[in-house]
Amino acid sequence: MNEQKWIEIEADRILRLFSNSGAQIVQPAVLQRADTLLDLYGEDIRARAYVTSDPFNGEMMLRPDFTVPIVKTHMTGLTGNDTARYAYCGKVFRRQEKNSERVSEYLQVGYEIFDRTDVIKSDTDVFCIIKKALGDLPLRVATGDIGILMTAVSSLKTTSSRQKALLRHLWRPQRFLAILEKFTNEVSVSIERFDGFQAEKSFANQAKEIGLRSKSEIIERIENLLQDSKEAPISTTELDVINSLLKIGDKCPQALVKLKDLLTDMPALGSAIEKFEKRLSALDNANVDLSSIDFEASYGRTSMEYYDGFVFGFYSENHINLPPIATGGRYDALTKHIDKGRAIPAVGGVVRPDLIIQSKGIEDND
Amino acid sequence: MIKLGVPSKGRLMEETFSWFASRGVHLKHTGSKREYAGYVKGVQGIELTLLSAGEIPIELNEGRIHFGVTGSDLVFEKLPNWDQNLEIVKYLGFGFADLVLSVPKFWIDVDTLDDFDSVAEAFREKHGFRLRIATKYHYLVREFLKSAGVADYQLVDSQGATEGTVKNETAEAIADITSTGETLKANHLKILTDGLIHKSEATLYKSKSAFFGKELVNAESKFLAHILND
Repeated sequence: MNEQKWIEIEADRILRLFSNSGAQIVQPAVLQRADTLLDLYGEDIRARAYVTSDPFNGEMMLRPDFTVPIVKTHMTGLTGNDTARYAYCGKVFRRQEKNSERVSEYLQVGYEIFDRTDVIKSDTDVFCIIKKALGDLPLRVATGDIGILMTAVSSLKTTSSRQKALLRHLWRPQRFLAILEKFTNEVSVSIERFDGFQAEKSFANQAKEIGLRSKSEIIERIENLLQDSKEAPISTTELDVINSLLKIGDKCPQALVKLKDLLTDMPALGSAIEKFEKRLSALDNANVDLSSIDFEASYGRTSMEYYDGFVFGFYSENHINLPPIATGGRYDALTKHIDKGRAIPAVGGVVRPDLIIQSKGIEDND
Repeated sequence: MIKLGVPSKGRLMEETFSWFASRGVHLKHTGSKREYAGYVKGVQGIELTLLSAGEIPIELNEGRIHFGVTGSDLVFEKLPNWDQNLEIVKYLGFGFADLVLSVPKFWIDVDTLDDFDSVAEAFREKHGFRLRIATKYHYLVREFLKSAGVADYQLVDSQGATEGTVKNETAEAIADITSTGETLKANHLKILTDGLIHKSEATLYKSKSAFFGKELVNAESKFLAHILND
């Protein structure tokens, strides 16, 4: 049997496992409207999705993942009760601009839960069913919880506009740190240029007003910046908490201890850490060996999935250079973004059957 | 024959012709200056191919020409993995131009990418769509803004007269090539202080994927001896 056949058998087995656990099988379209994806991910999505055009619908993309199509399917099909579980199996398409050795289309089998009632249970259910799908493969498991970092940022003793600026760049770690540092400084260099700013005078020598962005928008921004420069900087204590938080990387039980150490300096982290602890005990009750699972506070921040809570990834122990065999996480905010305000807590994960086969290594060729 | 691809018009063509001429390799048009066919005098076994500067990177990559002269901006833009199939033979010392990100000069609150990013956010909130950057360098601009962590922008394609797009309200900013900055100035635009995306120069490239048979190797070394003598 060839490798492709093995991959299909594996995909089929996993899809059946997912649907047997009460998920409804859905088959989103391969072609997705580009505008939804661009709105969500920005221009960066063009680097990894194939773009094509449709004479009636304009720019289309070959689905780079299932999350957005599934959320759309869920939101449009809502009939009062918005709790649902979905399973799916199909190809995703990823443009590889720089690495020609990476495959540009592969199967994903996934499982998603939309449920308002018990998010800890949903997190645990998704994690456990993905783990079950991977069977006894030797795996390293990494987890994270972006909700903790979000809570930390939201509880900084600073203005809401500064919090907003930090949250906006949560998924761009470098920019995030640069902004955080800027807000920690007493005097901002970038403000000195507006010393003595007077709306009419300061424009006098400047070039013609052109384009859609108006003079009033410029004045408003300068006034906001001047206002902002009067705010007290973010304290070094709080900066240290964020930095220590981002550095946490340990097995789950030890990570919990380290997280709790942060409470002295930032008591507002309490609710997020409590949620994390509850999830750990739910996983423990589901017979997950926590002492073998990694927790990294920054895990999942650089992926473009916009996860905002629990995140996880399963990696082959046999082939450490393989991409993760399975990944997943919570994306509550994404549902709100796609449906303009109507949000529903959602969590899901995907498995790549091709990587299971690669990780196992095909033994028989008969 | 070894195929040498050279830009078919404009200053880039003229400067390329004189660069080779001063090294004893005379590139000539067959008929009028406007005819896109030519020949080479002064060295044996070289065939001249006149091409659009933008097509030269692809022709080199496909191995349809052995050598080619074009701006490094076009190579970087069209071939993200350019060094797989191309190698630099020589920087030619002309055709200098910078790919830069520019905004209206009257945006007195914007000097850096940091400003630009925060304006992009406010613009999207106010106008309901992502701030538009007109460019033909989609790949280079996207990679640049990605590594700088800029969000909430979109690229709109502009193949010419890009400096006019802001005035025409089809874009809010532009990313384009400039050598003196005069066109930007004339169109009421200014360059961000950290808005340099790529420094371009006319460059002679060799295709690693073009077939170099035995008889070509001899012609190649004679050709290179001519032009690499300084």
